[in-house]
Amino acid sequence: MIAAPHIRRARSVRAIMYEVSLALVPAALAHVWFFGPGLLLNTLIAACVALACEAFMLTLRGQPRQPYLQDGSALLAAVLIAFALPPLTPWWVTATAAAFAMIVAKHLYGGLGFNTFNPAMAGYAVVLVSFPTELALWTQPRGEHDALSWLHTLHVTFTGALPDDLSWDHITRATPLDSVQTGLTQGAMLSELLLDPRLSAYGGHPWITINVLIAIGGVWLVFRRLISWHIPIGVIGGVVLSALAGRMIDSDAYSPVFFHLLSGSVMLAAFFIATDPVSAATSRRGKLLYALGIGVLIYSIRAWGSYPDGVAFAVLFMNMLVPLIDHFTIPRAYGHAR
Amino acid sequence: MTALTLHDFPGGLSLPPNKAQQTAQPISTLALPDRVWVPLLQHRGKLSRPCVKRGDKVGLGSVIGLADGAFSANVHATIAGTVGRIESRVIAHRSGLSAPCVEILADREQAQDFAAPLDTDFRLVDPNILRQRVADAGIVGLGGASFPTALKLTAEADQSLHTLVLNGAECAPYISCDEMLMRERAGDIMRGAQSMLHILQINRCMIALEEDKVLAIDAMQQALEDLSDSRFTLCLVHAKYPEGGERQLIQVLSGKEIPSDGLPVDIGYLCHNVGTAAAVFDLFATGRPLTSRIVTVCGDGVAQPQNVIAPFGTSIQSLLDHAGGLLPGSHRLIVGGPMMGFTVDSTDVPIDKGCNCILVMPEENARQLNDTMPCIRCGECETVCPASLLPQQLYYHARSSHLERLPDFHLFDCIECGCCDYVCPSNLPLTQYFRYAKDELWFRSQQQARSNQARERYEQREQRLLRQQQERDAARAERQQATRDAKQKQSDILAAVARAKARKKGDSS
Ligand code: SF4
Ligand code: SF4
Repeated sequence: MIAAPHIRRARSVRAIMYEVSLALVPAALAHVWFFGPGLLLNTLIAACVALACEAFMLTLRGQPRQPYLQDGSALLAAVLIAFALPPLTPWWVTATAAAFAMIVAKHLYGGLGFNTFNPAMAGYAVVLVSFPTELALWTQPRGEHDALSWLHTLHVTFTGALPDDLSWDHITRATPLDSVQTGLTQGAMLSELLLDPRLSAYGGHPWITINVLIAIGGVWLVFRRLISWHIPIGVIGGVVLSALAGRMIDSDAYSPVFFHLLSGSVMLAAFFIATDPVSAATSRRGKLLYALGIGVLIYSIRAWGSYPDGVAFAVLFMNMLVPLIDHFTIPRAYGHAR
Repeated sequence: MTALTLHDFPGGLSLPPNKAQQTAQPISTLALPDRVWVPLLQHRGKLSRPCVKRGDKVGLGSVIGLADGAFSANVHATIAGTVGRIESRVIAHRSGLSAPCVEILADREQAQDFAAPLDTDFRLVDPNILRQRVADAGIVGLGGASFPTALKLTAEADQSLHTLVLNGAECAPYISCDEMLMRERAGDIMRGAQSMLHILQINRCMIALEEDKVLAIDAMQQALEDLSDSRFTLCLVHAKYPEGGERQLIQVLSGKEIPSDGLPVDIGYLCHNVGTAAAVFDLFATGRPLTSRIVTVCGDGVAQPQNVIAPFGTSIQSLLDHAGGLLPGSHRLIVGGPMMGFTVDSTDVPIDKGCNCILVMPEENARQLNDTMPCIRCGECETVCPASLLPQQLYYHARSSHLERLPDFHLFDCIECGCCDYVCPSNLPLTQYFRYAKDELWFRSQQQARSNQARERYEQREQRLLRQQQERDAARAERQQATRDAKQKQSDILAAVARAKARKKGDSS
């Protein structure tokens, strides 16, 4: 016998995962425009490795392969890993991140729906601590050199070496967050650092464009009710509040609010990473708390930690607190005392 | 007209309505069937006791089953004719239950066997008498839950009652019997409600219907003007499922929640379906007991979807025939709406007082239970739950058989509306799990109660034996003591005698 309800909303896990991935396309195109085709190549590598690992683990665990390989979650994790990595990351770093994400963070914890940690962030964090040198260098944006061709990108990604006509100094440099952090530790004044047009020109800076596109994609998802607003608002709110507090303490040592929001991966975290339903808190109030925690942690790691961008660690740390948050945020049921 | 601030309830869904086809034509009446099988269980509560036997002649409205206590309802002949077999048959029930049914073979002439209509104004009649007549007429709530109406009209005992709510908020897609009733018999509904107000001895009635039912609103407004009774207020509520749920509706109208373990009357409200009010009107105006109802026959598998008045006991098949039959293809037969209805396997099932809808859906859009995915904790189910529960947690514990944890997550506050199920992207049959878990926990608590009883009985017996033993021991000890005392007394006497003798001896020497 088939039980009620007899009608359903036509929205599957797969549809959600694909639509979320789709919302990143405009940002990805901008990324390719500014930094060359590295992102696409990395996505491809991460996706192949992730799917292969997923298939392998599903077979090991005696699970049906087809529905899970098609559910889009591995693809989405691959896209997020690619967004986190620099465009010219060597293939084996990307592959390690994807493999760790799927094998350890996802399947060893029980597969789709059971993973405690956000797989993409777990994978990224592992390569971040294991291969710091490979991850330190970002490609310079278009305009300061000729955009990298596919050929160049393939060459660098797979051999780890540059073609003879290029040198690392030419094509790479630190990210804005990185240069500010380094500058500050070397005793420079924030106001001087921000005079560098490449850091302060919010309007034209590639990071700002990409982040705005990410945010637009994210707002679209909220609008489509694919993600609830609690998480983006929580993360952004957490960053904004702590950044404002920092400015009040010492505006010469702590970067402005918009710098924090638009020059790192806060937008990606707010709309696409922290919103991973499986590893986030469940209730609406819980989600808000969870996201606020992430926002505050991102800021703290940036301001006082040794990594320029704290997103991965902030998310992973809050993942650990989810059971606790869930326990204390059970909503009041209908007809029960407050 | 609606000078009322309405409130909201959490969660809920806007479902695609799907009512246009079956509301395009007026309510039709089923042709007199050759036979009916009238179930003796058409209400919440105890089975009615049959009071006719094979061969008896019955008129339309003759009592054929007597209520077994207050928590039960009379059953009447729904056509005139001769009683045939009385046997157990599958009835329209969620669990596929069978119950005794009375077969009536139709006569050509339809003799009526109604009680006398009220010959005076109902306002001059004692509420208790009216209430008894409602009970005699076998009227139950026509919203689908089939709770005996007379029981719900005993509220003077509760002085806090102040408002009667007439529920015309029909929020499930497809079902439209209440809407059509309001369009065609608005005045009768209100006159029925007036007598309910008199029985309850209160002066306020809120009529709730959804703001998108334009024609029904017009009809009700017109009736209200004609009646010019200031006790009535028309309340237009947003069309949101499950608005028609008693608890949600009262929350919308009053802004208050009914305590989890309480009833609407605890906060002063009482809720009756508009169809029930019309049935009460019919009873007092014509003496007619409850023998038929409006059923929505609809769904993509039905040729001519419509609302039809059908006597209880007619088969689903005859309703489908009346609605032009089934369209080709394989179908799923559902009794009730698409959100809370249940499937039946055969069309040879009699309809009863609770059947508001026969829905036929093509088999191909049946949910595929084999393509469920694990819960991805997306929280969609929580956003739509009108009871503010955490369905994913309930599901987790129900599935892992930590059933004893479920009451902590308020399983018993789940109204089984199916909203969570409807939105779950993993296609999990959540409501089914909750229903199962409730049954299972209920069963366990029954067992627990039984074993507690047995243990108590055993302990009582042990104690009784112990007490008897102690009493026996005490009696024996008493007896022994008595003997000892007697012996002592005797030896005291002997000693005294001896002493006396000795003294005598001494005196004489
Ligand atoms: S809607 Fe389904 S998948 Fe989402 S949290 Fe609820 S049960 Fe899990
Ligand atoms: S079926 Fe129960 S748990 Fe699901 S939405 Fe309705 S009340 Fe909430």
